[in-house]
Amino acid sequence: MPSEVEPAVMSGPVRRRGPRAEPTVPAERIALVDLLDRVLAGGVVVAGEVTLSIADVDMVTVSLRALVTSVSALAESGAELPGVHR
Amino acid sequence: MEPHGIWIYAITGRVSAAGLGQLRGVGGGPVRAIAAGELTAVVGDVGLAEFGEQALRRNLEDLAWLEATARAHHQVIGALAELGPLVPIRLATVYSSDGGVAAMLADRDADFRAVLSRIRGRQEWGVKAYAAGRPGPQDAPVGAAAPASREAGAGAAYLQRRRGQLTAQKDARRRMLADAETIHAALCEQAADARLHPPQAPQLTGTKALMVLNAAYLVDDERGAEFGARVEALADRHPGVRLELTGPWPPYSFAASEESEGVGERALRIEARDAV
Repeated sequence: MPSEVEPAVMSGPVRRRGPRAEPTVPAERIALVDLLDRVLAGGVVVAGEVTLSIADVDMVTVSLRALVTSVSALAESGAELPGVHR
Repeated sequence: MEPHGIWIYAITGRVSAAGLGQLRGVGGGPVRAIAAGELTAVVGDVGLAEFGEQALRRNLEDLAWLEATARAHHQVIGALAELGPLVPIRLATVYSSDGGVAAMLADRDADFRAVLSRIRGRQEWGVKAYAAGRPGPQDAPVGAAAPASREAGAGAAYLQRRRGQLTAQKDARRRMLADAETIHAALCEQAADARLHPPQAPQLTGTKALMVLNAAYLVDDERGAEFGARVEALADRHPGVRLELTGPWPPYSFAASEESEGVGERALRIEARDAV
């Protein structure tokens, strides 16, 4: 899988960490999919003036389509992608 | 000058210009503050050629653009979260003027202040649970163990085996969902609030394992370590699922006011999605 979607997670036995030891996850290490869960589905929605009708767009769908398309393109190119069923 | 819009990152209390310092936002530009009453919107100027409505619709479909923009948005919000409680604004919210932002702040003043007081001194932690190990019955292809048979009973035996496999799969799935519910309930006890996100697609997580929980918890700052320990203990107690902890995050999943979102736990709807 491409390095930019490397999960910034503690898996298996979960590592213990103090709440303020590392105040926010370093931006470059955050898995894109986790980030999109938050910036596209979370955050408060206010009616933007310029982007008024963007609010109607299902942002998560947009992002997932972009992601899946991109992942498929990578797979087409023969990259090793665990988890992609072809 | 190129027509520009005002991109909003977050709403917070009063911030000093010094606090915004050297922050750079989406498109690489500086961030600044628009104040109204006791609230401040942290914003940046963006060119409408790239961030106008039509351009956004197109660009949001471009993964590289989306990723760079999401990370830039997050970087500003993460840095601001160091300074005090904030309400993150959803990606791609653009205004045409400072006055429009100020009017929006005034209009939703009570909402924002309610959210700020709810998230003050708290952080978001993410917990995902995946099915652990191998999905046993799926490993054996249907009919693999059956000797090639010319008998009439072969069809019936096949169907019986297949039924057995499906039942076993369903049981395994039910156990994992029960685990997820137990884990979620236990973590809710440690949290001031919780939100369930839809499970992430296997294509996006890079793992074939079924995701049975994708949750966010709002946890008091001083209880973060305790929360992590609880996740660890739950992971030990439920070997049927693999837990992943992410965070701490700015409170993205808890930014909506209680009135507009409906607070508390939404029902686990994983089964319905997964059953398709």
